[in-house]
Amino acid sequence: MAATRTTARSAGAAKAGAKTAVKAAAKPARGGTNGLEFTPEQELEAYKTMLLIRRFEEKSGQMYGMGLIGGFCHLYIGQEAVVVGMQMSAKEGDAVITGYRDHGHMLACGMDPKGVMAELTGRRGGLSKGKGGSMHMFSKEKHFYGGHGIVGAQVALGTGLAFANAYRGNDNVSMTYFGDGAANQGQVYESFNMAQLWKLPVIYIIENNRYAMGTAVSRASAQQDFSKRGLSFNIPGEQVDGMDVRAVKAAAEHAIKWCREGNGPYILEMQTYRYRGHSMSDPAKYRTKEEVQRVRDENDPIEQVRSRILKGKMATEDDLKQIDAGVRAIVADAAEFATNDPEPDPSELWTDILV
Amino acid sequence: MPTNILMPALSPTMEQGKLSKWLKKEGDKIKSGDILAEIETDKATMEVEAVDEGVLAKILIADGTENVAVNTPIAIIADEGEDVGAAASSQASAPAPKAVEAPAAPASPAIANAQPAVAQAPASPEIPEGTQMVTMTVREALRDAMAEEMRRDGDVFVIGEEVAEYQGAYKVTQGLLQEFGARRVIDTPITEHGFAGLGVGAAFAGLKPIIEFMTFNFSMQAIDHIVNSAAKTLYMSGGQMGSPVVFRGPNGAAARVGAQHSQDFAAWYSSVPGLTVVSPYTAADAKGLLKAAIRDPNPIVFLENEILYGQTFDVPVMDDFIVPIGKARIHREGKDVTFVTWSIGMTYAIKAAAELEKEGIDVEILDLRTIRPMDTDAIIRSVMKTGRCVTIEEGYPQSGVGAEIVARIMERAFDYLDAPVIRITGKDVPMPYAANLEKLALPNVGEVVAAAKAVLYRS
Repeated sequence: MAATRTTARSAGAAKAGAKTAVKAAAKPARGGTNGLEFTPEQELEAYKTMLLIRRFEEKSGQMYGMGLIGGFCHLYIGQEAVVVGMQMSAKEGDAVITGYRDHGHMLACGMDPKGVMAELTGRRGGLSKGKGGSMHMFSKEKHFYGGHGIVGAQVALGTGLAFANAYRGNDNVSMTYFGDGAANQGQVYESFNMAQLWKLPVIYIIENNRYAMGTAVSRASAQQDFSKRGLSFNIPGEQVDGMDVRAVKAAAEHAIKWCREGNGPYILEMQTYRYRGHSMSDPAKYRTKEEVQRVRDENDPIEQVRSRILKGKMATEDDLKQIDAGVRAIVADAAEFATNDPEPDPSELWTDILV
Repeated sequence: MPTNILMPALSPTMEQGKLSKWLKKEGDKIKSGDILAEIETDKATMEVEAVDEGVLAKILIADGTENVAVNTPIAIIADEGEDVGAAASSQASAPAPKAVEAPAAPASPAIANAQPAVAQAPASPEIPEGTQMVTMTVREALRDAMAEEMRRDGDVFVIGEEVAEYQGAYKVTQGLLQEFGARRVIDTPITEHGFAGLGVGAAFAGLKPIIEFMTFNFSMQAIDHIVNSAAKTLYMSGGQMGSPVVFRGPNGAAARVGAQHSQDFAAWYSSVPGLTVVSPYTAADAKGLLKAAIRDPNPIVFLENEILYGQTFDVPVMDDFIVPIGKARIHREGKDVTFVTWSIGMTYAIKAAAELEKEGIDVEILDLRTIRPMDTDAIIRSVMKTGRCVTIEEGYPQSGVGAEIVARIMERAFDYLDAPVIRITGKDVPMPYAANLEKLALPNVGEVVAAAKAVLYRS
């Protein structure tokens, strides 16, 4: 413990720690992309959605700094490939649920960026009429079940979404996201047990971004291979390069098929990395700037796709610039809407408490 | 020496039981460990094992006898070789009870301690005059409510520990597995936090779970999902997504189960916006309110009471008997003092009112039935009439439901009060185990009587 603490404080030792983290984040998935190469259309789709999340989150950070967004605000920058790759394999009716780092999931589910951003600013046009905030947003229409602020709660809830699918006898699945931090909560294992016992169609997607707030995985987890966290329940799991959207999609295809066919739950450990602090108020002193920079330089999920697109001549620089401009326009619109939309009417204080 | 075999107590709340069946007959040799008889308790059918060896000399209580009080001699075992007839007759001083047909008739000392078959309770205002009534226990009423709603709506299911194959730890879900199958009556592992969360998730997706806590004491493991996931999601989603869940089970003190198993959650859950908290006393209210709770689109905390499960009341024979949530019921009209209470608290109120009547004090008893939303209008109407009020609950005094009632009376009927309101509550201590201490920790009729006299300035 003491040695690890020193790691965070002394520059020399921190570099050593940084290397390990980068290496782990960069570790290729078992079986890589399973030979699944993207078509040009898929590469461009992934690029566009990931870029939308990145630009949206950058704008959120900016607006937080301007005081337009209050409270807690957890950005998804760096982790975009995870939710985008998963959603590329989903079908209509599949449920998504996650924790508080949820903006990216909502955008990937197709929720309106204006509504998401207006919720961040607490305005009446927000997806929860301004009453939920960054951590609590929902869309019945898009089968997005939140947005949960209590670490680990979404795991039992997501298992319940899968239960509903099993009860109704449909072949939809529940994609239940949580982090390396939540993975240490007791209810996760209560859920694993029931999910396997009743063969519920739930994919547990553990977004291992190396830090639970400021605590490195090595300081918090006795078993750092999260794909093994379901072993004692006989739940299969695999580690996936969560920085490579193709690897994510390949793993998702496999896991979703497993669930749809009634084989029970499946665990995907997504090895990923968060570029920003835990929340906007986190100076992230528990890791070095070099560590972050190295992941950005060597392993950025968006840059990977961009360079493949250019190398494979799937689009020109100009095409990509046009996509970038389109994404920036969407985000600018959302920000403008979220800035000018009025706050909720005071009468809203008393609505939606009971149906 | 002949030995008496006594009616055993086989559950914390058992005071009497049914001697369903003798498995040995008079004259049979008995070894230690032999199963002598089957007894039906308030929870289950249990086997009575022999501890002593010898010969079953005499059966004192016949097959099928109901309401046999705990500690009643049920048979005599004689030593082997001992004259069986003499052994039996040597016990002649013991009562020789006969099988009792009518459960209510205290025909022999053996059943003198039996509870009254029908707790006196006026019908709910929801029951039309002239409706045919049937007698049933609170336990049966709850089961019927669930069964009726499950027949009506395929999205309703029951989930919890021992609800299916075991037929319910307190037999409340008896028969549901047989009628509805394992898809809709689901035994869980011992995993309250997990299955409460799972149930709420299923409710987000539109199903209507009835989540049974074996007792509400264990709901503390799951309270995050009840409060943070179930109660708040409708608000946090701007009205998009609700949680049509019923959390139900026995709440509060049972009998001699100690501090961790005797927690009253009425005040806890009733402080949370987004939750509805229901806590019935009669079987009719239990049935009508549970049906209403299952149909309600909001998360409901339905607090039952283990001591009341076995009590019998009149329940209307109606196709679809619903009691509206949020409405108190005047159990007894009176003009001198108002008792406000609910659930097990009603038992103290009713007995105290009967005693006070002898002294010419006319008590009005208001059975709240729902704790949140509280029927404040009904409380205020009654207090304006009587000018005096005593609240009765088994929960703790600080921040209790009584404290809330007092505050509301103070806000809305201060000028009508002729005396400060008195709260009768459980004592401000963890529940002790020792029988005498437990009795002291709970409210009692004497305290209620004294409080009523105090607010009437009578000694």
